[in-house]
Amino acid sequence: MAINWFKYSAPSTFYALAGKLIPFVAIAAAILFVLGLYIGFFVAPVDAVQGEAYRIIFIHVPASIISMFLYLVMAGYAALGLIFNTRLSSMMASAIAPTGALFAFISLWTGALWGKPMWGAWWVWDARLTSELILLFLYFGFIALHASIDDARRADKAAALLAIVGSVNVPIIYFSVKWWNTLHQGSTIKFTGSTMHVAMQQGMFITLAACWLYAISITLLRVRSIILERERNTQWVSELSEVKA
Amino acid sequence: MSAAEFLNMGGYAFYVWGSFGVTAAAFLIEIALVRHKRSLTLQQLRLMREAGDEA
Repeated sequence: MAINWFKYSAPSTFYALAGKLIPFVAIAAAILFVLGLYIGFFVAPVDAVQGEAYRIIFIHVPASIISMFLYLVMAGYAALGLIFNTRLSSMMASAIAPTGALFAFISLWTGALWGKPMWGAWWVWDARLTSELILLFLYFGFIALHASIDDARRADKAAALLAIVGSVNVPIIYFSVKWWNTLHQGSTIKFTGSTMHVAMQQGMFITLAACWLYAISITLLRVRSIILERERNTQWVSELSEVKA
Repeated sequence: MSAAEFLNMGGYAFYVWGSFGVTAAAFLIEIALVRHKRSLTLQQLRLMREAGDEA
């Protein structure tokens, strides 16, 4: 069966598809948040060393992973827009940036609230923390650069370059706990020989999935507004029932 | 475990609820902002359309 991969790269078809997907993805995200937090707070046992404070892990680790993952997805879309000149790819990159910044902020915020009782400091200029802060600034830089250029297509190109160059920071965050001697503990998710209690792992993976679905649904919701704004002079936008109403 | 014990989080209530509370608030604010943006965009498009019809 031949699949037309470019069908959904047309803003008009993607606008409709996104509208259909949002409720399902959003409801799935809500269910997984409830389930993940239930396991995290009521099923997972207390940590032997950190007591109840470790429960911050159920939002800190997922938010951190999603903040890095969203950056790569954003840079990927931006690169596609740059290479293939597809408008929608660039719009997706713009739609991801604020949510990526939000997750980077949550990662830093919950990290500070976890660092204070465990390390005795809200913040240290440690490799892991500093590179995550740079990630937040890269998101801000992308948003600010895009907003500072009037012509949307030119803004897409300039911001795409920033996103692509900045993506070198993501592996630095990931490997920072190995490359440098840091205060931050090693990776929580290990591919082999994890020492975590199984309920802790389950809770964390479910909230990770929830954060991911949340990011998808809010990005789709945001990209729909961006599509409408940037395609406002087209026939298909003026014929939408929500515009006619 | 009583509700009070649960809320106390073994003495770490401020840190645990401060993390989850701010995260929940951030999500709710983001949802409100994105939905508000959509209604503004639609409103603008309707105005454009009306202006176009009159012309």
